[in-house]
Amino acid sequence: MKKKNTAPRLGSTSDSLGSLLASLICILAGLVIGFIALLILGWITLAQDGNSVTFGEMLSKTWNSGFKAILSGGFYKTANTMGMGVRAEILQAAPLIMTGLSVAFAFKTGLFNIGAAGQYTVGAYFALYAALVLKLPWWACLIASAIGGAIWGTVPGIFKAFLNVNEVITSIMFNWIGLYGVNTLIYQGGTGAMYNTNTTKTFTIKQVSPESLLPTFNVTIGEKGYFGKMFLPTIGIFIAIGVAILIWVVLNKTVFGYELKACGFNKNAAKYAGINDKKNVILSMTIAGALAGLGAGLFYLSGSKEWEPLVSTALPAAGFNGISVALLASSNPIGCIFSAIFISHITVGGGYMDASIFPGEVSSIISGVVIYLCAFSLLFKSGIRKRFTPKTRAAAGNGKEADA
Amino acid sequence: MWLLLKYTLLYASVLALVALGGMFSERSGIINIALEGIMVIGGLMGVVMINILNAAGVPAALGVILTILAAGLAGMAYSSLLAFSAVNLKADQTIGGTALNLLATALAVVIAKRINGSDSPKISYNSTTNKALCNLDFSFQVGKLTLNWFIVVAVVALFAAWFVLYRTRFGMRLMSCGEHPQAADSVGINVYKMRWCGVLISGVLGGIGGMAYIVPAVGDWNFEIGVAGMGFLALAVMIFGQWKPAGIAAAALFFAVFRAMANIFDSIAFLNAMNWPKEIYNMMPFIASMVVLAFTSRNSRAPKAEGVPYDKGSR
Amino acid sequence: MADYVIEMLNITKEFPGIKANDDVTLQLKRGEIHALLGENGAGKSTLMSVLFGLYQPEKGIIKKDGKEVHINNPNDATALRIGMVHQHFKLVECFTVLDNIILGAEPMNGVVVNRASARKRVLELSDRYGLKVDPDALVEDISVGMQQRVEILKMLYRDNEILIFDEPTAVLTPQEIDELMEIMKGFKAEGKSILFITHKLAEIKAVADRCSVLRKGKYMGTVEVADTSVEEMSRLMVGRDVELVSTKGESAPGDVILKVENLTVPSKTSKKDAVKSASLEVRAGEIVCLAGIEGNGQTEFVHALTGLEKPSAGAVTLLGRDITHAPIRQRSKLGMSHIPEDRHKHGLVLDYPLEYNMVLQRYWEKGFQTGGFLKSRAIRSYSDRLIEQYDVRSGQGSVTIARSMSGGNQQKAIVAREIDKDPQLLIAVQPTRGLDVGAIEYIHKQIIAQRDAGKAVLLVSLELDEVMNLSDRILVMYEGEIVGEFDPKTTDTQTLGLYMAGAKRMDKEG
Repeated sequence: MKKKNTAPRLGSTSDSLGSLLASLICILAGLVIGFIALLILGWITLAQDGNSVTFGEMLSKTWNSGFKAILSGGFYKTANTMGMGVRAEILQAAPLIMTGLSVAFAFKTGLFNIGAAGQYTVGAYFALYAALVLKLPWWACLIASAIGGAIWGTVPGIFKAFLNVNEVITSIMFNWIGLYGVNTLIYQGGTGAMYNTNTTKTFTIKQVSPESLLPTFNVTIGEKGYFGKMFLPTIGIFIAIGVAILIWVVLNKTVFGYELKACGFNKNAAKYAGINDKKNVILSMTIAGALAGLGAGLFYLSGSKEWEPLVSTALPAAGFNGISVALLASSNPIGCIFSAIFISHITVGGGYMDASIFPGEVSSIISGVVIYLCAFSLLFKSGIRKRFTPKTRAAAGNGKEADA
Repeated sequence: MWLLLKYTLLYASVLALVALGGMFSERSGIINIALEGIMVIGGLMGVVMINILNAAGVPAALGVILTILAAGLAGMAYSSLLAFSAVNLKADQTIGGTALNLLATALAVVIAKRINGSDSPKISYNSTTNKALCNLDFSFQVGKLTLNWFIVVAVVALFAAWFVLYRTRFGMRLMSCGEHPQAADSVGINVYKMRWCGVLISGVLGGIGGMAYIVPAVGDWNFEIGVAGMGFLALAVMIFGQWKPAGIAAAALFFAVFRAMANIFDSIAFLNAMNWPKEIYNMMPFIASMVVLAFTSRNSRAPKAEGVPYDKGSR
Repeated sequence: MADYVIEMLNITKEFPGIKANDDVTLQLKRGEIHALLGENGAGKSTLMSVLFGLYQPEKGIIKKDGKEVHINNPNDATALRIGMVHQHFKLVECFTVLDNIILGAEPMNGVVVNRASARKRVLELSDRYGLKVDPDALVEDISVGMQQRVEILKMLYRDNEILIFDEPTAVLTPQEIDELMEIMKGFKAEGKSILFITHKLAEIKAVADRCSVLRKGKYMGTVEVADTSVEEMSRLMVGRDVELVSTKGESAPGDVILKVENLTVPSKTSKKDAVKSASLEVRAGEIVCLAGIEGNGQTEFVHALTGLEKPSAGAVTLLGRDITHAPIRQRSKLGMSHIPEDRHKHGLVLDYPLEYNMVLQRYWEKGFQTGGFLKSRAIRSYSDRLIEQYDVRSGQGSVTIARSMSGGNQQKAIVAREIDKDPQLLIAVQPTRGLDVGAIEYIHKQIIAQRDAGKAVLLVSLELDEVMNLSDRILVMYEGEIVGEFDPKTTDTQTLGLYMAGAKRMDKEG
C-alpha cells in the first residue's frame, strides 16, 4: 500500500525550501530596516546645519558611504586591497560558524544556549594560555580552546539536569562570570603572564610562539596570489566547515543524534524510551560549549587580535551572533556555514562605512532584527506545514517547558 | 557604612523596579528576558532627556519628573515589540527577548555615537557638562545618607504592585492569564489584552529601572556595555522572590548588597586588605544568584502558563 | 413555535484540514434536558464551544428565544445567560474556590474586589442547591468532584438559565453520577434548560428528554429518548451495529509474571504519598485491571512499575527478577511493554517521522544500528511491516511526521510498537481514551489476543464499561491504596463505584 519514499528524514524537501524562504525573508527585512536606519542617520547628518536636503541626496549619501559597504562586505572596493577585506570576512566567518553550530546543536536538544558568548570567552582564554604560556602547537591550542568552552557549557548543563535551573538563566550568569573571570586572570593586577603592560593587551602570538598560529593559505589567480603575502587567511574556515559537516552527520546519521533530538523534541518520550535525558542534556551543553570555545580558538589563534582585559567590559559579539547564525540556518549545521558568512559579510561591511556618519553597529541592528524576525518565522513555517498537511490533529505543542 | 547603605539602596531600587516589571510580565504569562534591553533603552532615553531639558533650562524638580516619565515611556514603547511578537505572533518568547536585548545595545550605541557626532558611545550628564539639570538633581540627603528619587519610586511601586495584584480586578485577571489562559478566556477575559498590559507594565518599570541604574550612580555612561547584566540579575531576583512583591523586595536587598560591594570595596578596610581585584566583586552578584537559584529552583513555582503562547483558535 | 430557547441552525465550523461541524442543527426547548450524543471526535465539544462563543462558525446562525444572536466571546454567552461546565475544568489551580467562581464577574467596591459580598452569595447558592464547597480552599487541594461543583456554581453565580454540561460524568463514580443527575433534574424543575453532552447511552436514558446525535461532524437527527431504544441510538451514533461487549474466552492464568509488594510512591504535587503500600500480582494469560477515579494514584503506580518515577518503598519483581530500581531500558529488555496514558506526552516523539517512532524502544538493537550509526534501511522496512500488519494509516507512510496523524492511528502505532516487541508483560494505561468505536474495538481485540497468547496484561482504565468488558480480575484503587479485588462475572458497576469512592473497602489480603 505504501510506496518506498526516498524523501529525507526529518522534514521533506518542501520543508527545507520553506526554511530557506523564511530565512531569506528575514534577511531581506533586516536589510530593509538597516537601510532605513542609515537613511535616518544620513538625513540627520546632512540636515544638521539647517540645510534643506532632497530625498535624492539622502539616498545617494546613504548608498555611497553606507549601505553599499554593508552589501559589499569584504569585497568593498577601497577596503579590499590585497584581499584584506575578504580575508577579514573569512576570518570572522570561522568563529561565527562555530558559535552558530554551538547554538544550533543545543537547539536540537531542546536547549537554548545563550551562553555561547561566555563559552567563547573562556575558550579564548584557554587558547591564549596554551599559546602564550605553554607555547603549544596550534592544534593543541585549538583542543585547549574547545576544552575551555566545554567546561563553561557543562556547568549550566549540570544545573539544568540535576537542579532544574533553566539553562537560559544559568548561561547568562555564566557569561558574566566568565567575562569577569577571564579579564581578572589575564590582567592579574598587571602581572599576568600573558599581559603586555606596554600595549595593555595580551602579547601577540607571533612574537611569543609562532608555532601556535594557525597555518595560512593563499589562492592563486593566474600567477599572483589573491591575498597579499603579509595578510593571508588561516585554515580556520576549513576547520569550521569540516566541523559543521561532522555535526550534521552526528545529528542525522547516528544513534547519539537520534537520542539527542528525541530529548529535544520530547523529553518525556525520550525518558519513556529509556534514554538518559539528564546525560543527554549535559552532553549536549558540553558539546555546544566545546564548539563555541573552538570558535574562539580559531579567531584568536589567527593572530589578528589580542585580548584587552581592561576594556573588554562587554561580552563578545561572536557569541550572540551565533544565535542569528543558528536561527537563520533553522539549526541546520550546513546552513550555519552560509548564514555565518552572511553575518560576517555585513559585519565586515559595516566597519567600512563612513564612521563619522554611520556607526558600524548598524550591522548589529540588522543582526538583531534578523533574530527578532526569526523568532516568529519558525512558527510561520510550521503554520505553512500544518495548512498543507491533511487532517491535522496537532496537540497543542508546548514547545518549551517553562521551569525557570 | 553610609556609603554601603547608599549603594545597597540604590541597586536594590533598580533590582526591585525591574524585577517587579518582570513579575507583571510573567504573571500574565510572558517570559520577559528582554528586561536588560528595556533597561538600556529606558536609560538611554533618560539621559538624552536630561540633556535636552538641561539645554531647555527647565527647573530641576520638573526635569526629574519628566525624565523619569520619558524613561518609562521609552521602556514601554520598546517592550511593545516583545508583546507584539510574543502575544500576537506567538513567537518564541526567549528568542524574541534575546533579539531585543541585542538590538537595544546596538541601537543605544548608534544613537549615542550620533549624538556625540563621534566614535564615542559615552554620554555625559554630570554637573560639569550640565548646569540646569544633572545627575545630582536625582539625589537628596537624609542626614548622612544619600538617597535618590528612584528609591522612592521603587518603594511606591512595591506597595502599588502588591495592591494591584491581590486586591484589584485587574490583578486577579492578570494572574489568571499567566496560570490558566483557557480558564480566563472561558470567563470572558481577553487574554491577549491582559498579556499586552503585563508586558507594557514591565516595560515602564524596566525603563525607569534602567535609568535608576545609570543616573544616580555616575555622571556619564558608556552605552557599549549596556547595563552590564543588571536586567538578568533582576530576573534572578524575581525568581528568588517567587514572583511576589514582598519576596522581590527582600531578594532585591540581598542581591544589592553584593552589587554594592563592587562600588565601595576599596573604602571598607577589611575588604580592601584582601586585595582582590574589582572584577571579583563584579562577579559576586552573578555567583550569588547561581548559588541561590541552585537551591531554590526545585521548589520555585513559576506561573504555570508562562512561556506558552496562547492561541485562541487551537483546541 | 418560540418554544425553543436556543436554536443552532446549519452550523459549520472548520479547522485546518477538518470539518468539525458540518451543517449541524440543534434545537433546545425551554426546561428540557437535551442530550447531545456522539463518539469521541464527532464534533460535540466544538459545537458547544461555538454556542459558548469560544469559536466562531463559518456558516449558520444561532437564535435565542427566536431572535438571531451573535456570540463572539464568552461574555456574549454570559449576557445571554448561557453557562458551561467544560470537560477539562477551567479552574485556576492556585486560586481559591471563591476567586475561581467570581473570576470575570467580580463584584467591586471601588477599585477593590468585594470578596465579602461574593462569598455570601456563593454560600447561599451552595446551600440552596446542595453543592457543598469550601470557598477558601485552593482548587489544587480539592477533589475532582468538588471542582465540578465549583464549575456548576460558576454558572449559577452568573444566573445562567441555559446550562451546558460537557462530558460531566467522565470523572465521577457511579454514585456521584447519580447525584449529578438529581441536581440536573432539580435545575430542570426550576425551568432551566440543560444541554448534556455524552457518549454514554445509559445516562441519556436516565435523565434526558430528547437527544440529538452527531456522527463525524454531521447531524444525524433528534429523537425522543422515551421512544428510542439504546440500540437505535447507538446505531445512529456509530452508523452500524456495535458489539457492545467484546467476546473473549475463559482465561487460563499461568505463572506469576509481575509481582508488586507494598509499593509506595511519593506524590509530586503534595506531601502525601500518591501510592500507599500497594501490592498485586499479574499472571501469564490474564488481564488484570486497575480501576479507579482519575488521580487516585494509578498514574504514579504505573510510573513506578515502568521506571518513570522512583518508589520510596516496596519491591517490583518481573519474571522473578527484582526491578524495583532498574533503569527503564533494562525493564524493556526484560520483556515489559508500556502503552502510556498520554500518547503525546510519553508515547510519541510527535516531530519524528513515524518510522523513528516505530523503533523508539528498539533503535539501539543490533538490527537497527551498527557502530553507533543508524541503519536507515532496516528501520524503514521494519516500520513498513508494522504499518501493514497493524493497519496504521498515515499520509505518507513511514516518513509521515507523527504529529500529523489522527489520534486513533497514533495510538495504533504505539500499540503496534509495544505488542510487536513480543513482551512478557503488557501494561496498557487508558489505551482507548479519546478514540472512536472502531479504534476501541480494534485495540480491545489486540489486548485480548495478547492474553490468549499467554502474555500477562495489566490494564489501567477509568471507563467502567471497559473494565467490566476486558478484565479477568479487577482491582480498585482509592487514594493510592488497593481497596478491593473483584471477579467481573460476580460484581457490578454499582459495587465497584462504592469502592472507587472510598465508601467501602476490603481488608487487605496477605
